[in-house]
Amino acid sequence: MSQEPRLVEVRKNLLKENDVNARALRQRFHEAGVFVVSLVSSPGAGKTTLLEQTLTLLRPRHRVAALVGDLATENDCARLARSGAPVRQITTGTVCHLEAAMVQRGLEGWKLDELDFLFVENVGNLVCPASYDLGESLRFVAVSVTEGEDKPLKYPTIFNTADVALITKIDLAEAVGFDPAAALASVQAVRPGMKVFQVSAKTGQGMTDYLELLETGLLAARGGAVAGRSG
Amino acid sequence: MHELSIALSLVDVAQEEADRLGARVCTLHLRVGALAGVVPEALLASYEMASAGTPLEGSRLAIEEVPVVVFCPSCEVQRQLSSLQSFCCPECGTPTPQIERGRELVLVGLEIEQ
Repeated sequence: MSQEPRLVEVRKNLLKENDVNARALRQRFHEAGVFVVSLVSSPGAGKTTLLEQTLTLLRPRHRVAALVGDLATENDCARLARSGAPVRQITTGTVCHLEAAMVQRGLEGWKLDELDFLFVENVGNLVCPASYDLGESLRFVAVSVTEGEDKPLKYPTIFNTADVALITKIDLAEAVGFDPAAALASVQAVRPGMKVFQVSAKTGQGMTDYLELLETGLLAARGGAVAGRSG
Repeated sequence: MHELSIALSLVDVAQEEADRLGARVCTLHLRVGALAGVVPEALLASYEMASAGTPLEGSRLAIEEVPVVVFCPSCEVQRQLSSLQSFCCPECGTPTPQIERGRELVLVGLEIEQ
């Protein structure tokens, strides 16, 4: 006998599986004492160049490694390996973002407690990565000066899942007519109080403050409780 | 376009509940926040694909879109944002990053037939 449909209350987060995996990763990173930093941006914003410089500059003082997401190639991995740091590629195929489970698989066989910093470079995309927690301690969102000052206004969601914003290729600002003040205003409009660093991996401009933020983060993570992200 | 992977996850979660209830699902009620990073239209289209060939085939998605609600530190109350491009209190203009609602991506209910 058929009855009228009835409504049953359910409360299930659709990304529960990813959230569970991300929580497990965060706990594992905390126990190993590794500070995990992820990087999201649109394609071509300069993530790989920035990361290559970051690894090179941190390596004399810290044990660093990187996981890098890419749709199809291993080119980024080869570039980052030039820094001398251990680097592993996560090739996502057609998947447009990294998920916590991919990071878990990417880490297989690595001894996390032998690391100070682990960097995770997401697939170039400012939309999809916003929904997925990767267990990181700090998430950067990067936009380059060639993308225009209003980029944050177009992608408010990703700016609200990241902790710190980076404006990359700042050495080109004048050449492309980029107005840093307008860009900073855009960031503040979608995320009041967000910290922003203006950097050039090529000339080194702004890199000192940016590296200092990373090292402060590492110290805080080593000294405190599980680094939670506000995002 | 990550709505397909979210739709696949939705099918898993809903089917698990339906099995537990021993019932057939006709409608799935979702709550999707404006900051969830999900486009409702894309999710609807993806759900049709994701549910095809499963016991959920033919079921309907009812999506309630949740606006962003922030806490205004000056007024000391929650306020609904008037624009995602302007995180400030719509009454007094104080900027605020404190998001109270709008990140939800939740299956809240199932309409079932026994």
